[in-house]
Amino acid sequence: MSDPRIVPIVMPKWGLSMKEGTLTSWLVQPGKDIKAGEPILEVETDKIAGEFQSTDSGLLRRAVGIVGTTYPVKALLGVLAPPEVPDSAIDEYVAGFVMPVAGEDDEDSGPKYEWADTSLGKVRYAKRGESGDAVILIHGFGGDLDNWLFNIDALAEKNTVYALDLPGHGQSTKNLPNPSLNVLTKSVSEFMKEAGITSAHVVGHSMGGAIAMQLAADDPSKVKTMSLICSAGLGPEFGTYVSDYVAAEGRRDLKPVLEMLFADKSLVSRQLVDDVLKYKRLDGVEPALKALAEALFGGNKQHDLPVKAVANRAGDTQIIWGKEDQIIPVAHANNFPGAKVHVLESAGHMVFMEKANDVNALLKGHFGA
Amino acid sequence: MARNISMRQAINEALDQEMTRDPSVFIMGEDIAGGAGGQGEDDAWGGPLGVTKGLFHKHPGRVLDTPLSESAFVGAAIGAAACGMRPVAELMFLDFMGVCFDQMFNQAAKFKYMFGGKAQTPVVIRGMVGAGFRAAAQHSQMLTPLFTHIPGLKVVCPSNAYDAKGLLIQSIRDNDPVIFCEHKVLYPHESDVPAESYAIPFGEANVVREGKDATIVTYGMMVHRSMDAAKELAKSGIEVEVIDLRTLSPIDMDTVLDSVERTGRLVCVDEATPRCSIAADVSAVVSQEAFKALKSGIQMVTPPHVPVPFSPTLEDLYIPTADTIAKAVRKTMAN
Repeated sequence: MSDPRIVPIVMPKWGLSMKEGTLTSWLVQPGKDIKAGEPILEVETDKIAGEFQSTDSGLLRRAVGIVGTTYPVKALLGVLAPPEVPDSAIDEYVAGFVMPVAGEDDEDSGPKYEWADTSLGKVRYAKRGESGDAVILIHGFGGDLDNWLFNIDALAEKNTVYALDLPGHGQSTKNLPNPSLNVLTKSVSEFMKEAGITSAHVVGHSMGGAIAMQLAADDPSKVKTMSLICSAGLGPEFGTYVSDYVAAEGRRDLKPVLEMLFADKSLVSRQLVDDVLKYKRLDGVEPALKALAEALFGGNKQHDLPVKAVANRAGDTQIIWGKEDQIIPVAHANNFPGAKVHVLESAGHMVFMEKANDVNALLKGHFGA
Repeated sequence: MARNISMRQAINEALDQEMTRDPSVFIMGEDIAGGAGGQGEDDAWGGPLGVTKGLFHKHPGRVLDTPLSESAFVGAAIGAAACGMRPVAELMFLDFMGVCFDQMFNQAAKFKYMFGGKAQTPVVIRGMVGAGFRAAAQHSQMLTPLFTHIPGLKVVCPSNAYDAKGLLIQSIRDNDPVIFCEHKVLYPHESDVPAESYAIPFGEANVVREGKDATIVTYGMMVHRSMDAAKELAKSGIEVEVIDLRTLSPIDMDTVLDSVERTGRLVCVDEATPRCSIAADVSAVVSQEAFKALKSGIQMVTPPHVPVPFSPTLEDLYIPTADTIAKAVRKTMAN
């Protein structure tokens, strides 16, 4: 039996498809006292690169992971233990570390994705955590629930977190006749009913933010608080992203479009582009996206400004923006008088991926205890 | 919803979904149902390797067992296509194309041009290609260069289940004659495939691995051998870019040239015999269009210029291995 005071740091699993990751740098050195939530190392997967924050507190005794090496999920990267644990015990722990069998844990955690019936068809969602208030994560135009890979588990520590694929998106139904903000909002409302959620902290990114506001306007009791990330619905100005995204037919056209989403363009990997292309090529996606883009953002203008209908909710609302957002002007952060505003440096439209740790902290703070 | 399914299942699913979507799609071939004229089950075979199994009862009257006469039924498929249907004829082994040259090469490929663009021939001829199945010289060839040589034909050769489904759906929806080459050794090969229908456009190569030191251009089963070689080379610090052409006509030379302009080194890997091959074609275009980018001579990895041997030992020697490919890459790195 190993010393219970020894805590391993292992390769994280970001998103359901991640099997391995490359350790690209250590942000702390052995000898450092680490607090839970502190970024300690950087990992790159075939989809995305990001900082990994420690899930435990303790003294970093050993950095086992070698920079530049690719490790399977759950491989040992480092060891935390109080100073009184002898080096020999740590050596023994490292030598005897057995990686949990891949897949074992996945089966324990039950079905990966779940499905809810709405009037448009089946909607896919993921649920994490069992405690606290419900939280709903709503992605933006052309996104899906996997956009929240750096957030969902962190938020699930104290809340029950739901992330869904909107109709026309991800693996949800592609049946989206006469799309509008109201149609999408109704589908979220129906999803909540099906999943047994009476009210929730609603987090919306981009178009998902407009949906969050519309939901609060239609049925205030469903929305405990709103967190609007680089949100649509706050002002008419809008870039060319959505029209370019819809028009892109191959990797060559799509890559520069997706690069608009990030301050650090190198985050757009081949795999990320391929995954979006695979989604865009499913039968029914192109017409659904075309109609949705025209209805909400035709002429590169935002047509729905639900912020007007929820002015009374300013006290429950926080707005988070990436300063280098190229899709929706960062100035829109100030279009919700009374709401708390956080503008994060060196981040673009996907601020919740690029600055996941900061955004997670802001979200947790906003949900309260 | 994506699941892990085999290339065999992916092809079956593409046929099934297109027959469901479009009533003008039907399939024909030798033993693709497998019970015609016999006493037993009508759906006895589902093709010699079970690729079309289950479609006979799902689509009554649209899965046609044909006589053992490729000349006749491929001609019939082309005629049906010219008259508004979208037939998919299975040639079992594409080696048998020899008896259909006039129908495919001299008729189907020419109609659009000879009738001033007024005639369309949306026919798909699908069947098995490639060595490694102990099927001997007349059932093991990679005849992709022969098909690619003929203007008016489109030629597809997928390396995995995802591409097989999307490219076969595109082949059926395309208004030109398409020869769809299925590597028999890859039928059990599994990958993530959406349950929904989707089409992959022709003329779009897939960069299956990124690398800065050398470019491998290949297709079909050789993609897997090339990836094995790339993994081996990575151990000694050589990062190879691997390009899966996916469709040979049209061919995506832009992706190839972009890559070679970055890496400066090219290895063309082809399971077809070397003379007038896809490897030779790609090499010629690169040396014409990107000569100044090349840091060393182009290498070609192909089988020898002989028929595929029946002896298992010789057949294994015939097919290019990861090791031969890695050696060719090292050769381009030598200077």
